[in-house]
Amino acid sequence: MKKVYFYGTCLVDLFFPDAGMAGIQLLRQAGLEVVFPEGQTCCGQPAYNCGYWEEARAVARAQVALFPEDLPVILPSGSCAGMMKVHYPELFHGEPDEAQVRAFSGRVYELTQFLVDVLHVQLKDLGAPVKVTWHSSCHAVRDLGLKGEPQSLLGQLANVEVAPLAREYECCGFGGTFSVRQPEISGAMVCDKSADAEATGASVLLSTDGGCLLNVNGALETKQSQLRVQHIAEFLWERTHAR
Amino acid sequence: MHAETDILFRDSAAQALLDPQLRANFRRAMDGLMAKRKAQFPDPQDLQELRELSTAIRSRSLLNLPTLLEQLETNLTRNGIQVHWAETCEEANQLILGLLQARGAKTLVKGKSMVSEEMHLNAFLEAHGIEALESDLGEYIIQLDDETPSHIIMPAIHKNKDQIARQFSQKIKDAKYSEDVDELTAMARKVLRQKFLDADAGISGVNFAVAETGTLCLVENEGNGRMSTHVPPLHIAVMGLEKVVANLEEVAPLYAILTRSATGQAVSTYFNLITGPRGEGELDGPQEVHLVILDNGRSHIFADPQLQATLRCIRCGACMNHCPVYTRVGGHAYEAVYPGPIGKILTPQMEGVGVRHDLLHGSSLCGACSEVCPVQIPIPDIIVRLRREATHTDATSSVMGKGSGRTSTEDWAWRIWAGVLKRPALYRLATWFATRFGRALPGSAPLLKHWTAHRTKPVPANRSLSERMRAEGGPRV
Repeated sequence: MKKVYFYGTCLVDLFFPDAGMAGIQLLRQAGLEVVFPEGQTCCGQPAYNCGYWEEARAVARAQVALFPEDLPVILPSGSCAGMMKVHYPELFHGEPDEAQVRAFSGRVYELTQFLVDVLHVQLKDLGAPVKVTWHSSCHAVRDLGLKGEPQSLLGQLANVEVAPLAREYECCGFGGTFSVRQPEISGAMVCDKSADAEATGASVLLSTDGGCLLNVNGALETKQSQLRVQHIAEFLWERTHAR
Repeated sequence: MHAETDILFRDSAAQALLDPQLRANFRRAMDGLMAKRKAQFPDPQDLQELRELSTAIRSRSLLNLPTLLEQLETNLTRNGIQVHWAETCEEANQLILGLLQARGAKTLVKGKSMVSEEMHLNAFLEAHGIEALESDLGEYIIQLDDETPSHIIMPAIHKNKDQIARQFSQKIKDAKYSEDVDELTAMARKVLRQKFLDADAGISGVNFAVAETGTLCLVENEGNGRMSTHVPPLHIAVMGLEKVVANLEEVAPLYAILTRSATGQAVSTYFNLITGPRGEGELDGPQEVHLVILDNGRSHIFADPQLQATLRCIRCGACMNHCPVYTRVGGHAYEAVYPGPIGKILTPQMEGVGVRHDLLHGSSLCGACSEVCPVQIPIPDIIVRLRREATHTDATSSVMGKGSGRTSTEDWAWRIWAGVLKRPALYRLATWFATRFGRALPGSAPLLKHWTAHRTKPVPANRSLSERMRAEGGPRV
């Protein structure tokens, strides 16, 4: 059996462990052995984005060391995958371990990217009819370069209707430290996003990224909306595994 | 993690967000501009090819900048255009004042120029008894209210038609109230026509300066650019030193991507190629043409290989049209000459990264700007780099004000953050506490209170993913 690594990411670890478990199950369902190394923490993106590169490197180095074998590293997050795949090589430019980090970055995939582009999975929908809407994570699309992989997975599910979200590609306002450094702007952005999401008439908003989900969920709960949010991994697993 | 300097943009943005009319004006205008741009680029591959060509042209111009500027000066001079160099805005202002005073000029008309905004030229001239009237319709509208541009291409975009109707009826002599756009334009036109004829001098910006031919290119839609540069006896153009390109062939793709990216037009209504003053036996054109080339921090930006990309900018404004922050707060909230994403990287480099640290943190790093930038400026990467510069003093850096945005609070916060996250045992302990007691943390706690102003408190799961994987020896869903 082929093996892959799974990197949970700090947000999934703490706030969306079910999404992490579901991601692992989806990979197993596709016939893979999933290795979850102990000692994972955070990809280091918050410090990197704020300019604290020594601190980001120290944390990143500790992560890279956990994935020594030449196996794919799968993340249930476009933002963290973008950090590890695109920004690690920049962060380690000129460092003694640059080559090792680059090799690691080359093995990094976001979960839906791996399911579609590498595994070419075919999903069978076992769930009841449902209307969902899709929020594109900025970093998944613009940093990592996802090209509609999550949407194509949703398209395989016969009983799932995807209602288009107005301004689908506009940022939800999370932005990591941005959400607390610029609370007013971030708040205005997430209020607009949650209103657009509600206007779709969907019952669930899906995304690849815990940051966006945490943010939009908080705004929806504030207005006591019926709309709930869910990580795409959890949604896919719920609908495709035999209970 | 709030530095003192974080406050400025946050405060003015918060003010702007309270103005529903302003937010509606920007949202409507930016939605329209995004749709118009999109319609101009139906084929993503064609667009990408044009972006790559444009990027290559602008990069090559910067690579050869000193040579091209010398060549430009030689060829402009040969064409009878007098070239002046200014390191600072003050020098540029004095130069222009000198030219005007030497010819006894008292009134002038201006075509649109962001560099003249950088110089605060109008206020400077007014203080010296010279009237400078803006002739671009948008610039004219904001000048009536003594405002600054809120967008680099559409300076009055923060106002809607009704607001302009009220403004004209109050501020233009003998104007009657009308909400009809053609009637409003006619009112401004009537005032401006006479001013063009009476003006002693005209001032304009420059979109591209062609080194090989000594030509100044000016892109505009209203004909006011041509009037400002051709009717008065003296024409003074101002430009930043990065505007030079090698030859006319390079102008074509840049022009094609500029108008499409900016206003969603395949071509602008006017495209002026200025190659000298009125010639022997010619019936029109100015008697004298001057070009003032301004540095104002640009050579400093030029010196850094990564930051140099900032100077590729052709000032189309697409980054602001697509920016979710700009769309919500408008241009004035930035309290800078250049608002929006390009302003966020340009302003701190011109004024010092510590002084405008606030702008650098006014971004969610969503990347919508770099996605549409016609010359592929990696704006989010440059924002991150400048955040680095603002808080550190790397020996190799030549960035103005480096390290001056550093605070011991933020230093400590990141030190502790890294101290925990590079040690799995400490992280495990921290998540154990978060999963057990995280929900007990009051929403009013420092930092968290900023989150809970618009959202419910994020509640950690009962057991972290790592803990479940450890306990179960495998997943159980």
